[in-house]
Amino acid sequence: MELTLWTYEGPPHVGAMRIASSMKDIHYVLHAPQGDTYADLLFTMIERRGQRPPVTYTTFQARDLGGDTAELVKKNIKEAVERFKPKTLLVGESCTAELIQDQPGALAKGMGFEMPIVNLELPAYSKKENWGASETFYQLTRTLLKEKVSNSEKISPLRWKEFGRRPKVNILGPSLLGFRCRDDVIEIQRILSEQGIDTNVVAPLGASPDDVVRLIDAEINICLYPEIAEASCEWLKRNFGMEYTNTIPIGIKNTIEFINEVYKKLDLPYTNKKELENKSKLPWYSKSVDSNYLTGKRVFIFGDGTHAIAAAKIAKEELGFEVVGLGTYSREMARQVRATAKDLNVEALITNNYLEVEDAMKKAAPELVLGTQMERHSAKRLGIPCSVISTPIHVQDVPARYSPQMGWEGANVIFDDWVHPLMMGLEEHLIDMFKHDFEFVDGHQSHLGHTATKTKDLINSEDKENKNRKEGIIWTESGKAELTKVPFFVRGKVKTNTEKYAILRGIPEISDETLYDAKAYFS
Amino acid sequence: MSKVEFNKETGPREVFCGLTSIVWLHRRMPDAFFLVVGSRTCAHLIQSAAGVMIFAEPRFGTAILEEKDLAGLADAHEELDRVINDLIARRPEIKTLFLVGSCPSEVIKLDLATVAEKLNKRFLGQVRFVNYSGSGIETTFTQGEDGALKALIPLMESSNDEKLLLVGTVANNVEDRFKKIFRNLGISNIESFPPRQSTELPKIGKNTKVLLTQPYLSDTVRDLKHRGCEIISAPFPLGIEGSTKWFLAAAKAFKISELKVHEIISPLINRAKLALESHKEILKGKRLFLLPESQLEISLARFLHNECEMDLIEVGTPYLNKDLMKEEINLLPDNTKIVEGQHVEKQLDRVRESNPDLVVCGMGLANPLEAEGISTKWSIEMVFSPIHGIDQAADLAGLFSKPLKRNQILTSKTLVTH
Repeated sequence: MELTLWTYEGPPHVGAMRIASSMKDIHYVLHAPQGDTYADLLFTMIERRGQRPPVTYTTFQARDLGGDTAELVKKNIKEAVERFKPKTLLVGESCTAELIQDQPGALAKGMGFEMPIVNLELPAYSKKENWGASETFYQLTRTLLKEKVSNSEKISPLRWKEFGRRPKVNILGPSLLGFRCRDDVIEIQRILSEQGIDTNVVAPLGASPDDVVRLIDAEINICLYPEIAEASCEWLKRNFGMEYTNTIPIGIKNTIEFINEVYKKLDLPYTNKKELENKSKLPWYSKSVDSNYLTGKRVFIFGDGTHAIAAAKIAKEELGFEVVGLGTYSREMARQVRATAKDLNVEALITNNYLEVEDAMKKAAPELVLGTQMERHSAKRLGIPCSVISTPIHVQDVPARYSPQMGWEGANVIFDDWVHPLMMGLEEHLIDMFKHDFEFVDGHQSHLGHTATKTKDLINSEDKENKNRKEGIIWTESGKAELTKVPFFVRGKVKTNTEKYAILRGIPEISDETLYDAKAYFS
Repeated sequence: MSKVEFNKETGPREVFCGLTSIVWLHRRMPDAFFLVVGSRTCAHLIQSAAGVMIFAEPRFGTAILEEKDLAGLADAHEELDRVINDLIARRPEIKTLFLVGSCPSEVIKLDLATVAEKLNKRFLGQVRFVNYSGSGIETTFTQGEDGALKALIPLMESSNDEKLLLVGTVANNVEDRFKKIFRNLGISNIESFPPRQSTELPKIGKNTKVLLTQPYLSDTVRDLKHRGCEIISAPFPLGIEGSTKWFLAAAKAFKISELKVHEIISPLINRAKLALESHKEILKGKRLFLLPESQLEISLARFLHNECEMDLIEVGTPYLNKDLMKEEINLLPDNTKIVEGQHVEKQLDRVRESNPDLVVCGMGLANPLEAEGISTKWSIEMVFSPIHGIDQAADLAGLFSKPLKRNQILTSKTLVTH
């Protein structure tokens, strides 16, 4: 049993809904009690979908439990098939239905329908949303393509040459409620097309079951979001010999590496790296003098595995930030995140507990947070600028404008989205220069969209942890005054360090001099 | 009783379960914590409905059942014990802890009553434990509040003092207005249930006169009756008409003359009518379809027809207690079609066929209907906004006129959606 105040991922059947809602001509009959329909609003409100998710909820009640819930399942399946006429039917259960063991998938298969039926078994008490999405997409792909396995030769990535046409690839993994998937797909298709590569199928987003059957017309698969598509890519590789890409094209370096990986797999001639770099403004914007102030900015990163790893690489190598924290809630990606963290000399934070993330954030004293919507809220409480880089998302993460994360335009979007929350370079110099003028309001953070009043709170704050630690330590007036002169974004760190120093040296009162002693000690 | 047409419908439903009512209950009682014993689905439902992210640490959470908890109930009880100990250590300010049953906890027959009983002994004088079920297999949306209030009744001490007890959560400012008006009427002993502090439960007995502020409290009413309380029969205080009749019914129970009531509330009524005018202009003659969710639908339909001159196509309600709704149903126009329960697909067919000007529905259905060119009002807003009383009548009408007004401004009826 786990006490949860808030969770990064929903249950696995919500993952299945993400696949069903992303696709066409599919219907999902979900054996579930009243109330589970809440999940519809994730799609209609957050994604502003103008269609209901293609889901029928059997809506069993307590009084049905003594009777025949299996009949209720069959009735709902029959009505759903007659009404929606899907080309493929998904059948599964939510957490409660799993306990009553009606086996709706088996029931559906016994009803004599001609369309393919995918029996989804998603263990709700051990798995979560992303796993559910991945498993659903995998089971769907397998169901629709398994008959073609035996009579199919292995697909050579070079066969486009024999066919005398441009190479074709599938883009796998984009789904609703993913992070900027809609625009990533457009960007990647554009990049591939420029390189002379055609897109065969995009799935699950916008695909029909017929499209899934056509997956094997392509030479290779682009595994765009491993959380959703890796299991399917692996199955297609095992059974049809289809190779798939491992590089996630987020950031300039990864986009170039991605193009090279695709080229290598398809045996296309090598491209000019310099030319590719110029396709995005990020390299020049990052090099231009205004960006000097970005150097060594402390950044804390938390999100799904794919986006957190990509963000760490961009932060360090392309923007010159210092990564002071890296973590993920995707246990499936823990190994990769740990490896990345190790390269950055930080300890990876693998947790589903947002309070732990907030604590880690506080301790790391970052100047910028890159996280999910929850980290945005935590950062706001701590008065730290934040940019959202990963699911779980909210309505503002489905912007009206084109704003991918991947490819050249994605890099442009990332530069703007990460840098704008920070104080602009020149502005920072001016504030530093004029901060002792009486007109200047301490804690001025116009870029955060509010006037922060955190300064005093921070100076006087006595959180639980400090209370125990700094037993008997007092800040003198001169100490407090000096602390207010420290720029707000490092003030927390300076305060903690000074107290640490005071304890170490057995100094009972912190004066301005102690502050400078501590500064020298830790530098 | 007016000639109202009653129908029942079963099938797939698009409604919230009773857990959702935690969203307003925890705000009403800031010294209480609501611990759902359920699944990741329960946790996800509440956070999706409540926008949990804005809290540092909300006063509600879910003890998520895991595979090992399902293997043996003994272990599950032990695990729950551990979770609760941790929680109380972390949140020592909590005075009442509600153990809220869910679909999975009901199905595996986790005995939360016994758990609560044991905990009450252990934490005597520190924290009180009560349990109720907010499961979707038993409750719809607002019925969660009914369960929570019913669970508190055994903790209420007896008293034969004469008092007016307002039952049902309303916004604090609305409650203050009500109390002021009742005091002006000459009723001095007024209490509310639920109270603002979970530990300050009103005492009840044979001289307690219960006036409901919300229509969804069937079980609570029954138990209050068992405790000897008198239930004042009245429509609900939504709109000018409902609120006036509600005040009159209370006054009658306290033997206060009608004249006195009119004297006090006439200025309020005149003011409210004036404020209502501009909304009525927009709503008049417009055709309304209410989908079931909160059990407020019948009262809303009565208000929107009688005071805003809307035409009623269909009034859905998740559950109908004809006895409790008697006064409301009497005020409905003849031939009003009430449908209890839901078959969401068939109901949406009827929505499309009847081409309404406005549909009151849940958030899962609102954008899809808008995309079809049908204006909507989310029903969840009715339980989060201060809509009760004479002073709020125009605000209540405004919730419905706003989408229509917006639709007029934007005019286009066919938007490309994604």
